[in-house]
Amino acid sequence: MIQIFAFYLFASVVIASGAFTILARNPVHSVLWLILAFFNAAGLMVLIGAEFIAMLLVIVYVGAVAVLFLFVVMMLDIDFAELRGGFMKNLPLGLALAAVFLAELVFGIGAYRAGNIALGEHALNPARMGASNIQAVGELLYTRYIFLFESAGVVLLVAMVGAIVLTHRRRAGVRPQNIGSQVRRRPEDATRNTQPAVGQGVQL
Amino acid sequence: MTEFFQSALGTGWGWFVANLILILLIALPVMLSVAIVIYFDRKIWAAMALRRGPNVVGPFGILQSFADAAKVFLQETIIPSSANKGLFLLAPIITFTVALLSWAVIPFDQNMVLADINVGLLYILAVSSLGVYGVVIAGWASNSKYPFFSALRASAQMISYEVSIGFIIVTVVLWTGSFNLNAIVEAQRGHGLGFVNWYGFNLLLFPMAVMFLISSLAETARAPFDLTEAESELVAGYQTEYSSMAFALFWLGEYANVLLMCTLNAVLFWGGWLPPVDWAPLYAVPGIFWLILKISAFFFIFSWVKATVPRYRYDQLMRLGWKVFLPISLLWIFLVSGYLMLTRYGV
Repeated sequence: MIQIFAFYLFASVVIASGAFTILARNPVHSVLWLILAFFNAAGLMVLIGAEFIAMLLVIVYVGAVAVLFLFVVMMLDIDFAELRGGFMKNLPLGLALAAVFLAELVFGIGAYRAGNIALGEHALNPARMGASNIQAVGELLYTRYIFLFESAGVVLLVAMVGAIVLTHRRRAGVRPQNIGSQVRRRPEDATRNTQPAVGQGVQL
Repeated sequence: MTEFFQSALGTGWGWFVANLILILLIALPVMLSVAIVIYFDRKIWAAMALRRGPNVVGPFGILQSFADAAKVFLQETIIPSSANKGLFLLAPIITFTVALLSWAVIPFDQNMVLADINVGLLYILAVSSLGVYGVVIAGWASNSKYPFFSALRASAQMISYEVSIGFIIVTVVLWTGSFNLNAIVEAQRGHGLGFVNWYGFNLLLFPMAVMFLISSLAETARAPFDLTEAESELVAGYQTEYSSMAFALFWLGEYANVLLMCTLNAVLFWGGWLPPVDWAPLYAVPGIFWLILKISAFFFIFSWVKATVPRYRYDQLMRLGWKVFLPISLLWIFLVSGYLMLTRYGV
């Protein structure tokens, strides 16, 4: 009972916030709706028993990726009138995309109705192994899919190095903080105790 | 208790009512202790500065927090005319709610936990990563320069330190073999030399305990990392435009987060509800007493640091997070997993 209620709650909020993501005038509102959609998708994953993936979704997408999104969007200077003016220009492209998605939906539902795709029962089904979610994912990732997993890591590393190389440049005339020299500096290097006689100044 | 209500009201409603009562049993004491802790924070801070601190309202000024609460409650809520009204009001609610959410998985005693889930620690990470939104939305919706700067600082700071907190937590999880907080506490029973109930007593984990303490200061934006509300630069940070209850919600949420971080320190490295030493008479004292004792000790450290350490510069903060804590915690994952491979699992 409560599962059904929770499912319809999460699912309807996902769909509604997805719709608001594209309908909202203000891009910041769009991102916030998107975050709400992520969050409720995590709720759906908890319902199918994938709590580990659900937590990762919240930590990675909501906690990190969406924050960066929000960062960028908040600092954009957007002219809303101009945005709406481009509507007619982009309409054909949008219609084409909509047609593609409609075709995919039709094919997908048709294939599902036909019932020909047997996904098969995996040997490493967590429920069957009697293991927790995390153990099951680890078991799969680090044994059967170890090469895919590691190559995904390498791809990410290359992307990261690429981004750093593209943005890192040495500029002349910049004086960055030298933390080492700041830490090494002692009071004796910077201060001096003197007892000047009355009427005499201090030589700096 | 769930069984009692289920027998009285039927399975569904009994579960609902029992959980509602349990949630209130956690949330109300947390709010009450936030009020008391704010008083202690001010007292400790005053004592270190050789001042008296709050001493007028009630005996020893102990009712000061409640007087403050009544004051803000009676104030008018002012919404800046150019603010984004909905989000402006939503932000403090998010901060406050998120600060209370994490307490669901904290074990207060052996069986005293609301949600004993197997991804407990990940749940806490997930919920605390949501805390950024309250601050960011507040800064943006205020439509004012200083709050916006503060929001940018806060989100960069929280994300940076969440990375190292994640890695530090991984070392503890590796040692325990579970994400469940109760399992982590249980695994610390007799951990050090067979009688000390602390992970922090372990030479390999002690540096992580220290780093976790510092990271939790940064994560909750407490001094010396309180750049988000550096009053000399940013007025009051993201809270500048807030007044009345909206401000109070930020305030309560912040201190509830501080308490949560103190609790996490106690649970992850210093034995949670276990007594400090594995000695039978000490178990006669209820576990929640030990936990509260440890939380208070950590809160004292937080106040002590606030009273004595000057504020970091922003570049120093980022350097500490990314160039010091991140590499060290990453290295420690290798050390801990290597040590465990050698001793526990065989090579």
